[in-house]
Amino acid sequence: MAQTNDASAALRAPSPGLAEEPARGWHRLSMSQKQVVWAWGFLAVPILFYAGIRFYPTLDAFWLSLTDWNLLRPARFIGLENYAELVSDPDFWQVFENTFAYLLIGTPTSIVIAFVIAYYLDRVRFMHGFIRALYFLPFLTTAAAMAWVWRWFYQPPPIGAINGFLGSFGIPAQPFLRSTEQALPAIMVTAIWAGLGFQIIIFMAGLRAIPGTYYEAARIDGLGEFAILRKITLPLLKPTTVFLVVLSSIGFLRIFDQVYNMTTNDPGGPLGSTKPLVLMIYQSAFSSYEMGYAAAQTVVLFSILLAVSLLQLWILRERT
Amino acid sequence: MRKTLLKAGLLAGAGLFAANAAQAVEIEYWQYVFDARVKAMDQLIENFEAANPGVTVEHVTFPYADYQTRVVAAHAAGRGPDVVQLFYGWTDNFVDGGILQPLSQEAFPPAEIEEDFFPIVTAMKREGAYYGLPTAVRSLALFYNKDLFEEAGLDPENPPQTLDEWVAAAEATTKRDGAGNMISAGTTLDMAGQDHHWWREVLVRQFGGAPYTDDYRTVTYDGDAGREALEWYTSLQTEKGVGAAGFMDEGQAAFRAGLAAMTIDGTFRLGAFRSIENFEWGVTELPAGPDGTRSNYSSYFANGIGASAEGEELEAAEKFLAYITSPEAMEIWLETVGELPARREVALTEANLADPIYGPFLRGLDYAHTTLFVDEAAQRQLIIDATNRILLQDVAPADALADAAEEEQELIDARN
Repeated sequence: MAQTNDASAALRAPSPGLAEEPARGWHRLSMSQKQVVWAWGFLAVPILFYAGIRFYPTLDAFWLSLTDWNLLRPARFIGLENYAELVSDPDFWQVFENTFAYLLIGTPTSIVIAFVIAYYLDRVRFMHGFIRALYFLPFLTTAAAMAWVWRWFYQPPPIGAINGFLGSFGIPAQPFLRSTEQALPAIMVTAIWAGLGFQIIIFMAGLRAIPGTYYEAARIDGLGEFAILRKITLPLLKPTTVFLVVLSSIGFLRIFDQVYNMTTNDPGGPLGSTKPLVLMIYQSAFSSYEMGYAAAQTVVLFSILLAVSLLQLWILRERT
Repeated sequence: MRKTLLKAGLLAGAGLFAANAAQAVEIEYWQYVFDARVKAMDQLIENFEAANPGVTVEHVTFPYADYQTRVVAAHAAGRGPDVVQLFYGWTDNFVDGGILQPLSQEAFPPAEIEEDFFPIVTAMKREGAYYGLPTAVRSLALFYNKDLFEEAGLDPENPPQTLDEWVAAAEATTKRDGAGNMISAGTTLDMAGQDHHWWREVLVRQFGGAPYTDDYRTVTYDGDAGREALEWYTSLQTEKGVGAAGFMDEGQAAFRAGLAAMTIDGTFRLGAFRSIENFEWGVTELPAGPDGTRSNYSSYFANGIGASAEGEELEAAEKFLAYITSPEAMEIWLETVGELPARREVALTEANLADPIYGPFLRGLDYAHTTLFVDEAAQRQLIIDATNRILLQDVAPADALADAAEEEQELIDARN
């Protein structure tokens, strides 16, 4: 903070020579000190901006979670009541379970599929760019539009494309989004598919960055393909993997667009079987106007995100 | 600067009172986006501005999904509309939150309102004061596909009038392929659409019960009547197989696509169904119950005056509200949007009653009920869930209903 003040003072100081008094202080600084002051001067702008639009609302959410604010009446402090209500709410535990289902199934599945595709695509020379573009395309598409297309794919006969396909093989029609067991995996598939293109591109960049000499040396030493993969490719790809695992986990923990758009008639349904935490927060806040309760859920989500991210960084840390 | 302006304003106010009236007053009108409604309101504003030079009305619209949030948030930020459209079911929230001001008894005498408007307008009354008036009201009716009726050997000019006839018609019009998959439904089954109203205010009553006590503060549908009504409703899918929840995603989509012979929907759907070109459709009253009981659910969007309007803005807002709830405005609204006039004399004309489309909806208004919701979305969700538990998890209807009733009672109690 002190540095920020220095910086703004420095910014306000007129340029040397115009006024004698303040200029003297500035002249006494060494070149490197001046650089520090300038650097902080510029950094102060985004820092203040972020403090205003990010950190202040975040801290405010912690305070709101201890109140019964509903947008209409002034907030009243109620201690930990919102959290007590949350713990005793069976809907919350269902949502909690769903959120972790998205995370624990979605992240590993998407990472494995993305790696396998990137690994083999890296060796394809024929129409390489075109195939890569095809994989990347879904990433460029609006989540809402994609979700609606998939929603119609999953429809029962006579219009659902997937059921039509199954039907032509004599497989009975599946309820998909109308089933409490199949709805969550059905939505997860679309989320994995949507994020795949990005992960493939990052994996391929990681693969390209591994020096070819390592592979040559390994082949000269007579290592098999699988051993090369296990001993060279995967360890050297670790920074990329860590990056993607963290990013994908955060993505799955915050899943909303796909679920909301694929179940608008009964958001998060049927029977709450697809509802993630973010959708529950959205409903508490903007459908029931229970802002305090929604803030408490947000604090829980924040804690989970923080814990999961730290845990992953710790598990996948460099062991030196 | 400000002071000078203020002084100038005061001077103008004191010295040039007559001229001041002609000075521009701008008021804001808020409603949600729905093409026909926006078009109708633009026309009303044009007429109003022509008749009241010096008053301009700014028409502000928001998507329906976050309309209510915008109104509430704008109020929290101290910046609300002068005249605002609201669903009658939001009145409690809006009045408690101080978003609305009561309509002045001089400009809108309650006795006159009650004489001229349909009785459902009393849902806008709190402690003797009205907080808004509707331009139009909505009711439910049975839409049916005349082509599918004919194909099934039914008389398209003689639609079902009782629940038994209705089931028979649904059975006759349901089509399945060789694998047993439904390819065209007899009826749509969509609790997320209008079916929850149909069950709550119509079926429960027709099976001999009542959904709530008269003040809507106590849930009473968890008795035999409610259970039988819900069993009957779910049996349409499980036993009779004349419809399936989720068929064609949404009930209205199935009917529109010509893949459902019947659907229960409201006046607000007329605009969308009018663009259907590949088949003929008709409208009839909701089927009568086993003992001949008829019932209907009626609802409306009302227009209220924002709490922040005062002085000449309030005056202009009152004038504007009076105009958009006038007989002339209601006729324009009926023509453009297809919603029924809220004033009896405008609605119940011979021409309207004889109209093959408006007639059934208007007759429905006569015996309609208006549920006083505390949180419509949450209350609807409870019925959707109860139905899904029966259809997807084989829970006994009595248990599913008892849980829904308990949760709904908690919701109602929490808001009082």
